[in-house]
Amino acid sequence: MANTSTDAAFVEFERVQKSYDGVNLVVKDLNLSMPRGEFLTMLGPSGSGKTTCLMMLAGFETATHGDIRLGGTSINNIPPHKRGIGMVFQNYALFPHMTVAENLAFPLEVRKIGKTTREEKIHRALGMVQMNDFAGRRPTQLSGGQQQRIALARALVFEPELVLMDEPLGALDKQLRETLQFEITKLAHDLGITVVYVTHDQTEALTMSDRVAVFENGRIQQLAPPDQLYEKPENSFVAQFIGENNTLMGEIKEISNGTAVVQLDGGDLIDAVPVNVTKVGERTRVSIRPERVEMNKDRLMPGAKTLKAEVLEFIYMGDIFRTRLRVAGSDDFVIKTRNAPDQARLTPGTQIEIGWLPEDCRALDA
Amino acid sequence: MSNAKDDDAVAGPVPVAPVDAGPVLAADGTPLKRSLSRALRRQKGRALLLIAPLLIFVLVTFIIPIGSMLFRSVENDIVANTLPYTVQELASWDAETGEIPSEDVFKAMYDDLFLSAEAKRHTRLGSRLNYEQTGMSSLFRQSGRGIDDLAGDAEDALEDAVPAFGDGETWYALMNAGAGEGNTSLLSNVRGRIGRLNDGLASADMDFVPSAEIAAVLPRTARTYTEWAVYTVTEDERVPADNDPWELVSLALVEELKTADLSGLSGDQAALLRQAQAVEFDIPPYSETFAEIDDEWVTIIPWETIQTHSSKYTAGYFLNAIDAQKTPDGYEWQPEEKQILLTLFGRTLFMSLMITGSCILLGYPVAWLLANLPASKANLLMILVLLPFWTSLLVRTSAWKVMLQSQGVINDVLVWIGLVDDANRFVMINNQFGTIVAMTHILLPFMILPMYSVMQTVPPTYLRAAKSLGATNWTAFWRVYFPQSVPGIGAGSILVFILSIGYYITPEIVGGTTGVFISNRIAYHISSSLNWGLAAALGSILLVVVLVLYWCYDRIVGIDNVKLG
Repeated sequence: MANTSTDAAFVEFERVQKSYDGVNLVVKDLNLSMPRGEFLTMLGPSGSGKTTCLMMLAGFETATHGDIRLGGTSINNIPPHKRGIGMVFQNYALFPHMTVAENLAFPLEVRKIGKTTREEKIHRALGMVQMNDFAGRRPTQLSGGQQQRIALARALVFEPELVLMDEPLGALDKQLRETLQFEITKLAHDLGITVVYVTHDQTEALTMSDRVAVFENGRIQQLAPPDQLYEKPENSFVAQFIGENNTLMGEIKEISNGTAVVQLDGGDLIDAVPVNVTKVGERTRVSIRPERVEMNKDRLMPGAKTLKAEVLEFIYMGDIFRTRLRVAGSDDFVIKTRNAPDQARLTPGTQIEIGWLPEDCRALDA
Repeated sequence: MSNAKDDDAVAGPVPVAPVDAGPVLAADGTPLKRSLSRALRRQKGRALLLIAPLLIFVLVTFIIPIGSMLFRSVENDIVANTLPYTVQELASWDAETGEIPSEDVFKAMYDDLFLSAEAKRHTRLGSRLNYEQTGMSSLFRQSGRGIDDLAGDAEDALEDAVPAFGDGETWYALMNAGAGEGNTSLLSNVRGRIGRLNDGLASADMDFVPSAEIAAVLPRTARTYTEWAVYTVTEDERVPADNDPWELVSLALVEELKTADLSGLSGDQAALLRQAQAVEFDIPPYSETFAEIDDEWVTIIPWETIQTHSSKYTAGYFLNAIDAQKTPDGYEWQPEEKQILLTLFGRTLFMSLMITGSCILLGYPVAWLLANLPASKANLLMILVLLPFWTSLLVRTSAWKVMLQSQGVINDVLVWIGLVDDANRFVMINNQFGTIVAMTHILLPFMILPMYSVMQTVPPTYLRAAKSLGATNWTAFWRVYFPQSVPGIGAGSILVFILSIGYYITPEIVGGTTGVFISNRIAYHISSSLNWGLAAALGSILLVVVLVLYWCYDRIVGIDNVKLG
């Protein structure tokens, strides 16, 4: 797990704000610090401020307020070309009038690196992305995946310590995207570079990152490693945004040493972990992941609370079954079960009982 | 790990060739190729029909007139058409000897000049030859007036001796074949000749056929009479039998009768001719006659000029267009004081390049702003760019006159500020500067629009990418943005350059004498000097220059890289 202590703060945002029109804040009071070598993903819906943060870090936008530091020095007033940050763009931004090799030579030439060293570095960078055979081609003669590999090589060829990636895989098809996700992560770890990665694809964020910052409405809603983000969302936005999620509305009846009793709107009582609820009587949104819902009573703890449910729909998805239930007045309660030989295939109309471990059920803000 | 090469490997099923080779048949049994081409032909035919009106319009109103206009630059049949016999006789004359041509040439010239003077075509030939040799115009005009004196005397003598020759009927009866054998080849030769002289067809509506008998004995008389007959019918629409022929015919008769052998003739005709043989009239050598009209004729100069320019096609206009001329000894430059066109061509090219250059310099930032400003501001700017199009060209050019003249707005302001002394106001109009300024302004939109349309397609991320890779603003612009905007510069430059190389109105108004273009000279030759051949040659050269530059541009930049939108 990445070290988040402040003395290893390679990239730091301190109380950063950004407004384009002087009326609305696109980024509100952003605080973030990243240690060297971390792969951090900024995830969020469009308009949540994640790309603006990236652009401020790259130097293409200036922060309205606050301080951005790189390696301990403030870079607010340093122009982009002096920041030494590599960047990969969504549309690749390969220069169409230059060959692949010339594209890679560009950052080296502007740094006045000698020809021999330059060629050596280009060769090594192209080798990293398995594109050595394409040095003489023009970008337009390459496929999208190949272009993105070249863009990656170009961002790495001058050996920056920090590389920013702005939805680099957004324009590629699914299979290629998955291959490149893996390659990028591996490269980043092998080279030990620090990466800030912006995406709106949560799978990408979960599979690639050391930590994920979930943006919404100009703020970081949660900054955590992928597993924590998925399993322990800190508010209902994160719970909804990351992965599939079942929510039930209710009211806190009781809170004591780490557990809360919630009375659902249907009247049933369930146990849950109180996350950002504090008072008895408060409205709450209870969140349970579909794959953590259990239909088999034997697997539940003795005395665990269960709910009655009616099967509405059964969808066969190959590796898993997806069953939609009516639970406590909600019609879109979904459970996922593994396609195991002994797994029952429920027919609509069947009445079943469901339950879960109390720690999988999180009481969040309404 | 997947290989990068897999990305573009589109592995589809490989089509397998049918085992039984042979023509593939369509559903109705015809070979597939034929039915495909039939279907395509129908499509093409329909497409052609759609564009047919435009095609015909362009052909009729544009390509054919321009083609015929350009053809005038080499066309030169006026000498051969006006002086056919002279040209024929002159062929054996050699100017190198320094001697004037033989009597035969003068005689042929007399006949040719007489006929063309009757047809009033000799002055036109004079102006044509005057392009090559000064003085030819007046020589021909004067000769046309004096040419019929000799023939008139001959006619008087003939009619005094044989009064019957004063009557058209007598001539007609003598010359017409009537029941006898006619010389139709002479008739058709003369028809062709008269037709060419008059730029049209000679009338076929006549009964007259020259008598073969007479033509054999008195060839020149028969020919000149036939010429008169065809001309009279064609031009004056009169009946030959009712009219007295030209004096020239009498002269020819009197001269030929002195040596003719009339023994083969019989009847009334022979009697009449024998009577005429008795006419006492001494015909002086034709060279003397010409010398009396003008001494110039007994020098070699006019003959040399006629001989040099007697071919049906000539490079003379093109030579003139580049300040050279065709002389009997080959080609040589025009005298210094007449050389102007090469200078004009050079100036036209130089100024067009200057205009194109200033348009690039001024237009590039504007196009950049247009492409990078937010839409609302860009629209306003676009209206400002297009605004000049909504004003008349003349108004805009005249406005520059107001701005630039020595008592104009700019000079007044400079004097008022004190930058310029009142006595030494800048001369900014009626020179090259004025033309360049006014034309840059007028052609600027043609530069901005293609640039803008290209710049619009260059995404701003390229600049960002360059900066993130460590390039300064200037390097990013120069190495990344600028190369991608070159196609726009190229398109705009071609447009502006080609427009300016043939521009007429603005240089005419603000150019004065040092700021005019070759097009002004072309216009002068079209409408004032009426030397259309030279105008056509100048136009052709201009066209070729543009095509050559276009070709160069294609080789250097590549025409595929030009984007007009």
